[in-house]
Amino acid sequence: MGDDQERRYTRRRFLGSAAASSAAFYLAACGGSSNSGGGSSGGTVTLNNLFQQQAGYSAEDIAGMTKEFEKAHPNIKVNNTLVAYEALHDKIVAAAPAGTYDVVLGDCIWPAEFGSKGIVVDMSSKVNELPASQIFPGAIQMAQYQGKYYGMPWILDTKYLYANKKMLLQAGKTTADLKTLTGMVSTLEALKNHGVVKYPFMGSWQQAEAVVCDYATLLGAFGGKFLDEEGKPAFNKGGGVQALEFMKMLLDKKLANPSSTTAIEEDVLKAFAAEQIAVNWNWTFQLAGATDPTKSKVAKADVAILHTPLGTASTAPGVNGGQPVMITTGSKHPDEAWTYIKFITSQPVQNNYVADSLPIWASSYQDPEVIKTAGSQLVSVAKTQLPDMILRPQVTDYNSASQELQVQIQRALLGKASPQSALNTAAGAFESSA
Amino acid sequence: MSRSVTAASGQARGGTSWWARTRESRFALALLIPSVIVVFGIVVYPVIKTLITSFYAVDSPFPKAWPGVGFDNYTKALSSAHFWSAVERTAYFTFVSTALELVFGIGIALLLYAPLRMRWLFRTIVVLPWALPTIVNGAMWRYMFNANYGVVNAALTQLGLLHAYKAWLSSPFQALNIVVLADVWKNTSLVAFFLLAGLTTIPRDLYEAARIDGVSAFQAFLRITLPLLRPAIVVVLVLRTIEAFKVFDIIYVMTGGGPANGTQSVTFYTYQRAFSDELFGYGSALAYLIVLFIFGLAAVYIRALRSEGYAVT
Repeated sequence: MGDDQERRYTRRRFLGSAAASSAAFYLAACGGSSNSGGGSSGGTVTLNNLFQQQAGYSAEDIAGMTKEFEKAHPNIKVNNTLVAYEALHDKIVAAAPAGTYDVVLGDCIWPAEFGSKGIVVDMSSKVNELPASQIFPGAIQMAQYQGKYYGMPWILDTKYLYANKKMLLQAGKTTADLKTLTGMVSTLEALKNHGVVKYPFMGSWQQAEAVVCDYATLLGAFGGKFLDEEGKPAFNKGGGVQALEFMKMLLDKKLANPSSTTAIEEDVLKAFAAEQIAVNWNWTFQLAGATDPTKSKVAKADVAILHTPLGTASTAPGVNGGQPVMITTGSKHPDEAWTYIKFITSQPVQNNYVADSLPIWASSYQDPEVIKTAGSQLVSVAKTQLPDMILRPQVTDYNSASQELQVQIQRALLGKASPQSALNTAAGAFESSA
Repeated sequence: MSRSVTAASGQARGGTSWWARTRESRFALALLIPSVIVVFGIVVYPVIKTLITSFYAVDSPFPKAWPGVGFDNYTKALSSAHFWSAVERTAYFTFVSTALELVFGIGIALLLYAPLRMRWLFRTIVVLPWALPTIVNGAMWRYMFNANYGVVNAALTQLGLLHAYKAWLSSPFQALNIVVLADVWKNTSLVAFFLLAGLTTIPRDLYEAARIDGVSAFQAFLRITLPLLRPAIVVVLVLRTIEAFKVFDIIYVMTGGGPANGTQSVTFYTYQRAFSDELFGYGSALAYLIVLFIFGLAAVYIRALRSEGYAVT
């Protein structure tokens, strides 16, 4: 009997303790939530953000900016998660219902999708408070969809042409020969024929968004367009077809490294740094990587960053590789998120981190400190390349349509379809998206 | 005897109050509730929710509407050339990788079973690939087969077997076979250990008797080892086939489904439709179709297990 009572008592105590513990956990959780949510009550707010570790600002840059922000805003703590660009979109989508992240790094091709599907908030009222006229027009475009801002422009980038001057000289060429696509092809042939390098060029033509970016650069150079005025696909005509034929020709003539179809931008940078290639397109981050003596065999003075070559069109626009920062719909702290965004996109902060990405602010390009840190070579080419950029289609199903375009470009490059028929197939995907 | 014990316990229970009797049940229930909630939350609820979603055209994590489409997502998938291409590639991957893992697994199991010195060391080394996370394994093979700085090209050119560096992952079919190779390297050890466990159950007397009768080692393998190892082989085939059919992570890391969709498995195709394209309804239908394929495979194997004398209910 006594035993039984003790057992009963123990069970009761156990259940009571369990209930009390659960309640304590619940209250603790609620307490944490209310504390973290109560920016106005003076508690510490924690922002969870998602960025990429690839092109654009480096992990060290983002950590540096965040540290400065936390110092200036002691009541806001920031946790940043960095993933590869290839994982960024899907992670944002998968985390959206749970509201895991407050601030996410987007891409200029996602405002239509994320905005129309309610994944990120309309930031127009906030962004419009800023002096938009002082921002590069290409940078403004990256965050807009149907006149609304679904992000604040942050990373302003395009694919420049890179060349190894020493290798060019060995083939009797200079960077002046790379002003046109015709000149570029004859330079690549000279590099090959002089035995300077077996494959003088390499593209980031893996089945990924990277191949669309390289294709877009050529599309612009050949005067093509992704979509016509009515929003229907136009890349399967004229300049669009010529662009893909040009890429295929580089592979067929063995001017482009055959591994181009398995390479993304980092692979291309590594090949350039190892002097396995002499010419390529890449984002701004290649300049820092290729001139870093711990990572590159190429002497700093031999790395040339140039405007993309002219094709048959009168201009040679680069691809718009801008990436805005966005506030998620599930964020519990949109005001603090905006405070953070305003800080990292501000001109003084951006001017301090110019090694891997240039500021969105036009006047920064006249700042002697920016020119000194980024290098006059980069700033001078950026001044002409950044105002003239080609934007990939702003359609709500861009990701799905782009995947079909990537596959069809690869089919053409691997000789499994003609450029014309491959692009016709890809146009079908954009037709339904548009 | 048994009946009297039952009667006695029944009387004992009858002597206690309803409250005391149900107290035990309530206590047991209280202990079970947390695990029931967890199982329901992470298994049952998503399974039901995915099934429901598969009948709607949901294209956003925050859908403004849930337009019902009946079986349209299923018929769309079953009439999609992309889907069937992915199924074909997955079937090829499953068949080739499982077959190779079985062949190499038997060989390794026999070696590990042999009375060698330092056998424990060999067994430890063999298990290492399986212990490696798949993501790490995929990244490792991707680097090894990199066209410009991969160790495969370097080794083969230095040995004179290749005259120039080769872009191994640039051809769709070749890339698929390299993914098979990476999977075989990782999972053969698991197969080997399953079969090693099977080998230990075969009485040594049989081999001694066979040797006395003048049976060669190869004949002993064919007539004694293989037949007695069959149950273990069937079990490992069931496990590996189902796992191989669900292949995802190694493809995600090594090739991203390319080139030209040449390595896109059916699970990778489903992932892309659901998360990259945000076609959650269609993706859910695809997920259920995969489940049906796996049920089909499981049914075949369960028949095989029954024929081996296993009690499968």
